[in-house]
Amino acid sequence: MDVASFSKEIRRNTLRCLHSQGSGHVGGSLSIVDVLAVLYSKHMHVDPADPKKDDRDKLVLSKGHAGPALYATLAIKGFFPVEWLDTLNKLGTRLPSHVNINLTPGVDMTAGSLGQGLSCACGLAVADRLKGIDRYVYVITGDGELQEGQNWEGAMFAAHKKLDHIVVIVDSNKLQIDGATKDVMNVEDICGKFEAFGFDAQRVNGHDFDALDKAIVKAKSARNGKPQCIVMDTVKGKGVSFYEAMGAGVHSTTVTDEQYAAAMEELK
Amino acid sequence: MELRKEYVGELAALMRENDKIIVLDADLAGAGGTKPLYAEFPDRCIEVGIAEANMACIAAGLAASGYIPFIHTFVPFVARRALDQIAVSVCYSEQNVRMIAFDPGVHTGSNGGTHMSFEDIATIRAFCNIAVLDIVDGVQLRKALPYIVQHKGPMYIRVVRKQTDVLFGEDYKFEFGKADKLRDGKDITIVASGTMLFDAVRAADKLIQEGKTVDLLGIHTVKPLDEQAILQSARKTKRVLTVENHSIHGGLYGAVTELLSANEPTLCDAVAVRDKLTQVGSVNDLKRDYGLTEQDVYDRAMRLIERK
Repeated sequence: MDVASFSKEIRRNTLRCLHSQGSGHVGGSLSIVDVLAVLYSKHMHVDPADPKKDDRDKLVLSKGHAGPALYATLAIKGFFPVEWLDTLNKLGTRLPSHVNINLTPGVDMTAGSLGQGLSCACGLAVADRLKGIDRYVYVITGDGELQEGQNWEGAMFAAHKKLDHIVVIVDSNKLQIDGATKDVMNVEDICGKFEAFGFDAQRVNGHDFDALDKAIVKAKSARNGKPQCIVMDTVKGKGVSFYEAMGAGVHSTTVTDEQYAAAMEELK
Repeated sequence: MELRKEYVGELAALMRENDKIIVLDADLAGAGGTKPLYAEFPDRCIEVGIAEANMACIAAGLAASGYIPFIHTFVPFVARRALDQIAVSVCYSEQNVRMIAFDPGVHTGSNGGTHMSFEDIATIRAFCNIAVLDIVDGVQLRKALPYIVQHKGPMYIRVVRKQTDVLFGEDYKFEFGKADKLRDGKDITIVASGTMLFDAVRAADKLIQEGKTVDLLGIHTVKPLDEQAILQSARKTKRVLTVENHSIHGGLYGAVTELLSANEPTLCDAVAVRDKLTQVGSVNDLKRDYGLTEQDVYDRAMRLIERK
């Protein structure tokens, strides 16, 4: 499957997962689909048959509410049956809407309370160094999430300890629950902020597979003592016209039978 | 000997045997006594700076990678500042993090007010699956440490940094989840945790001298509580006094009365802080002001014994 087809499959299955619940975090799930497609088709060294494999790459989905997009990706990769996608948030499910390290094969850290992922990734990365394991630890944060001060504690630590196998990917979809991020609490200049904290930072179109791939290759090959940051310009609700048009309301919204059918039509 | 010295001596010995143990500090390695470990174990001692929330999550990441991280700071900077991180990244995530919380309650002394916490047992105890220890002396701390390393799941340990009296001898055996039966009697049960056990022992001995008999239980493990020991004693004495360096809300008194009200309704009282603001002062002055002295234990015990 090429990256574009993989990405479309992830979008379709993300919506399948959310549709099973009738609603959920549609916008921020769809905005990270393309980077997940690039990561899991070209970069993540993982084995669906051995999700805890010692030398695997790890992903911390700090914006844990985008779980459905990661679950769709992992299901397609074969980490668990795709039927699991229909159990989102049902009592006893292996797929809670915010990711949980103990419930889902392929999930490397629990997240949901925003701002904790980068710090947890620092712990994972220090452990790698102690064990002598050469891997990458990817962290996906939201742009609004960067309003949580703990991110900058984590960034300071990652740079101070020269954790250059950490790649922070910021999903800059520019919307959050209460409105446009620039109006709610401006987080820009995100690249400048990470650079000031000692990271290398790049900004890319988060829906351009080639650009994403090149950015990730560049981040991985740096290994210059600096943790890496990729700020992706994305569209919240990407891939489905009526979700893209919804504005801040797409953060958490419905996926009715009609909406699901219309979305599947668009994502043929 | 100062508890921090006993702690670090024993931890160093355990770190020599077990390369999974990691030490994390948030700019209090000097105050907490862990600093000497940095020279011997430079790779396994991690200074995170003044960032306790970050420290808790870094520890969670280390634990998720199979390590046994010990984070160190004063009580409020772990049990208040990093509470959500403990809730989500540690407890909900089921990570083997140990939280060494220094200078509980009145032991903050002249750093009190802002640095003083009487609510840590209440908040931490409410999380699922976390163990809570309240340590009385250096011997108990030293004897508990090998178990603390082995324990599966998160653990919160409140401990004084500096010198305390010594209650236990070298023959002391620490048994996780088990009360230490220190006196045997039938007129009243006194259940005491942490350093308040010293006051409880002295008060109990005064009562005994005056012809009363006292069942005295030392509680190092506030969660999970030794329910059998407490129920058995309450059935015998019909009167239970809890003694703790903590708020009356949700600490040892909370744990004991939760148990008794459902299983063995018993007349109870508490030596505990009664909804009073934190403040600065010498430890002894603070104990007097909050009603946490040996005399308070004696007075409340007598009142309970005399109640019909």
